[in-house]
Amino acid sequence: MPDPTAVAVMAETGSARTAGNAGTVVAAGYFHSYSVVGLLAVVGVLFVAVAFGASRLLRPMVPTPEKILTYECGVDPVGEGWAHTQVRYYVYAFLYVIFAVDSIFLFPWATVFADPRYGATTLVEMFVFLGFLAVGLLYAYKKGVLSWT
Amino acid sequence: MNGALDVVLRLLAVFVVFLTFPLIVGQTEHKVMAHMQGRLGPMYAGGFHGWAQLIADGVKFAQKEDIVPAGADRRIFQLAPAVALLPYLLVLLAIPIGPSEGAVGQAVDAGIFFVLAVMGVGVLGSLMAGWASANKFSLLGGLRTAAQLLAYELPMLLAAASVAMAAGTVSLPGILNAFQWWWLPWQIVGAIVFFVAGLAELQRPPFDMPVADSEIIFGAYTEYTGLRFALFLLAEYAGIIVLCGLTTVLFLGGWHGPWGADGLGWLWTLLKTAILAFVVIWLRVTYPRLREDQLQKLSWTLLVPLALAQIALTGIVKVVIS
Repeated sequence: MPDPTAVAVMAETGSARTAGNAGTVVAAGYFHSYSVVGLLAVVGVLFVAVAFGASRLLRPMVPTPEKILTYECGVDPVGEGWAHTQVRYYVYAFLYVIFAVDSIFLFPWATVFADPRYGATTLVEMFVFLGFLAVGLLYAYKKGVLSWT
Repeated sequence: MNGALDVVLRLLAVFVVFLTFPLIVGQTEHKVMAHMQGRLGPMYAGGFHGWAQLIADGVKFAQKEDIVPAGADRRIFQLAPAVALLPYLLVLLAIPIGPSEGAVGQAVDAGIFFVLAVMGVGVLGSLMAGWASANKFSLLGGLRTAAQLLAYELPMLLAAASVAMAAGTVSLPGILNAFQWWWLPWQIVGAIVFFVAGLAELQRPPFDMPVADSEIIFGAYTEYTGLRFALFLLAEYAGIIVLCGLTTVLFLGGWHGPWGADGLGWLWTLLKTAILAFVVIWLRVTYPRLREDQLQKLSWTLLVPLALAQIALTGIVKVVIS
């Protein structure tokens, strides 16, 4: 697949005269598919706006101090709503960020790795990658961070 | 002009599916759960076995007073339901239902990537609601949602990557074109990991601890009423459609079937999606709620290793056969 930004520049400046014809077509397809996505997003936003507007016309609006009090099972709320709590899973957050960023790179690799020209190279690469993840996970497990403390 | 009309029709079709299918799943859930528990479920609205129950619910929701708590972060609080709902609408556009070129709302090149990225946005709605409500139950619900996100997102990504490897493309129609029947046993582990992780993303039982009505009332949605609450519910059921549709497309071969795939391919897609949706409902009736740490444990010590093993298996088989 051609680099979309490069193709886009070509299409926009109109310099796609010789070899750029195919590129322009690809770029048109590329932007077309996402412009449809954008249109659907507009439809969705309109739907929500119309729904909220219509329900505003339909529903009663009589706020009383009791009604807009924070709900705590009927008794008066204690302290602030934004209370301090202990976040027990912050280590998972680190693990997640590291691993998820790693796995994103799997997708571009996945589309080309089976090309016969690479032979077994990509397979070895894959095991190196999986090895890193597995060792990291094993280390975290050994350290005991995979159990709730 | 024809092109524009075509786009309008497609958007309309996706929008209609988005508004009706979640209601069908919701009504099925009412009835299936009821019968599994020896009840009848809704019987009055609409006359025939309470078919119009959810429409009646919708009318009721639209007329209810919309309450924003005095302590809440007003704008964020009001915006949250839309953020939770709209990503699922966008994902529906990219799910192919039939073999022909036109049997998808819009073919998006980046397929899996686009779908997973957009689905991830939906969770922001719950986080926004949990934080903006300024309510302790909501805050706990929001924190649990965040914890849950850390647990399921990685196995889901890895399982989806395995399919991309098998097909050699990330485009959803491309994956279906490459599908062979023996992918079913080949990718079964990935399929289960993906589906379980998806259930956790949707906060469906047994992974419904962020909403846990019996302990933290309804988590992030405690302070919501009327239409905004209804939109959160709609998001949950639209999410079921999206998850089941994606599992069907990625792992179960979508429009492929033992026979009739050319003309009636879309029927296979719908059938598989419906069966998976039934399983989602079934699981809700069957399993008790897990604790948040049990989900973390399940994810990091079981789902992630299984997904990694699936990737290794996919890689080896793919290189051997090519």
